[in-house]
Amino acid sequence: MTGQGWFVGVDPDDPAAMGEAVRSGEADAPDDWPTQAVDAEFAADDDEYYERLHDATLAGTRAAVTEREAADDQQLIHAVRAAADLADAANELAERGTEWAGSVFEDVDGGIAGARDVAGRDPENATEERAVAVCQRAVDLADERDGVREYVDRQAPTVAPNLSRLAGPMLAARLIALAGGLGDLAKQPSGTLQVLGAEDALFAHLRGHAPSPKHGAIYTHDYVRNTHPDERGSAARALAGKLTIAARVDHYSGDLRPELDAELDERIERIRARDTE
Amino acid sequence: MSLPDGVQRREFQGESALATRGDPVYGEPVVDGWRRWDPHRSKLGATLEAGLETGLSGGDGVLYLGAASGTTVSHVADFAGPTYAVEFAPRPTRDLLGVAEDRGNLFPLLKDARRPETYAHVVESGLDAIVQDVATRGQADVALSNREFLCDDGRFVGAIKARSEDVTEAPEDVFERVLDRLRDGYEVLNTARLEPYHDDHLAVVATPR
Repeated sequence: MTGQGWFVGVDPDDPAAMGEAVRSGEADAPDDWPTQAVDAEFAADDDEYYERLHDATLAGTRAAVTEREAADDQQLIHAVRAAADLADAANELAERGTEWAGSVFEDVDGGIAGARDVAGRDPENATEERAVAVCQRAVDLADERDGVREYVDRQAPTVAPNLSRLAGPMLAARLIALAGGLGDLAKQPSGTLQVLGAEDALFAHLRGHAPSPKHGAIYTHDYVRNTHPDERGSAARALAGKLTIAARVDHYSGDLRPELDAELDERIERIRARDTE
Repeated sequence: MSLPDGVQRREFQGESALATRGDPVYGEPVVDGWRRWDPHRSKLGATLEAGLETGLSGGDGVLYLGAASGTTVSHVADFAGPTYAVEFAPRPTRDLLGVAEDRGNLFPLLKDARRPETYAHVVESGLDAIVQDVATRGQADVALSNREFLCDDGRFVGAIKARSEDVTEAPEDVFERVLDRLRDGYEVLNTARLEPYHDDHLAVVATPR
């Protein structure tokens, strides 16, 4: 519950503090702020109030823009790659740890879940102590992987709002990482985006002894994976086309285009309808 | 119909066009200090060009929702009084900051127009007009939730984009639905399609009820 103007308790000679008040404040309802500010002696008259408001909104909005833009694609790429490394390391160490633990404890399952179970046990000798500790490390790695994924889920919509809406934050970030950046992704034709992550298959095809790949990383998207195999190529092509447009809007203009969602939904619906005919 | 004070028809190389007085922003032609207002680049410009009675007047207090990089809002700030410009995306807001630097009555805000509580501590009540150009689903809801900023006989002047609500439905049906929802809080005074300047857009003038 807040009912105060942005200027309450703010020093008019401190632009950074005024900007912060504009950025982070809230109120349930607007009020006659200019009159209140003059009454509170924040400003001598309306003119001075608007002058200070101008300084405050410029400072606050500039700081907000800078912060939002600093959430850049390069940080996202580091995060995606770190998440992949953490997943590999966690799985490998969990296998090793649970294999060891299985030789000293009863009922040990493999994988991260198994490691998590072992990590909760009380070791009774030096060997058990080490096996439990290794499993605990595997669990820590898995937790950090989840933490980094949450970071990607939060940051990707800021870096690439349209691409994240269409692809989901994780796939959007993966595509940006595979291309090397949002700008690079925006400059590629949609046929390249369609097979990003399937480079081995693509080069086998180009050497002449394999069919062309229909999809790369975008396979994880529901619209490809859950479309009938006969129509999967069409779905992948349609999805790649819209994702390319989304990446270009995100890179060159940055505004939201909600109609892209609906256009893609409609297109996929038509493709899926084919195999039932 | 009457143009707001500060908006005039001027001659640009033999062509008559809308114009306002102010610092140029996007490379538009300027004659005698008057900047040409291109209706192809501005839905409000197209609304005035279409001859709709907007009820806007010179010196109005204005809340502009969906300011983008500030093309239209620069013209609004030229003829209006205090002008609050809300934009959600950081990149266009950077350009908007440049526009606002030269205009002491233009207050840029990086905020979400669907959440007025995040700027109600800055934007004053009793404004004369809301100008809305947001490309989001639920355009009527944005108009309704921002109604609290308007004075009793204030004006809502919006451009409804059919494709933002539903790409598959006929634009006429979308407009009818949006207007119905808008009538929950507004009396709709005037509407006009914005062709040929903007496809599938409906200009709406309304007042709180």
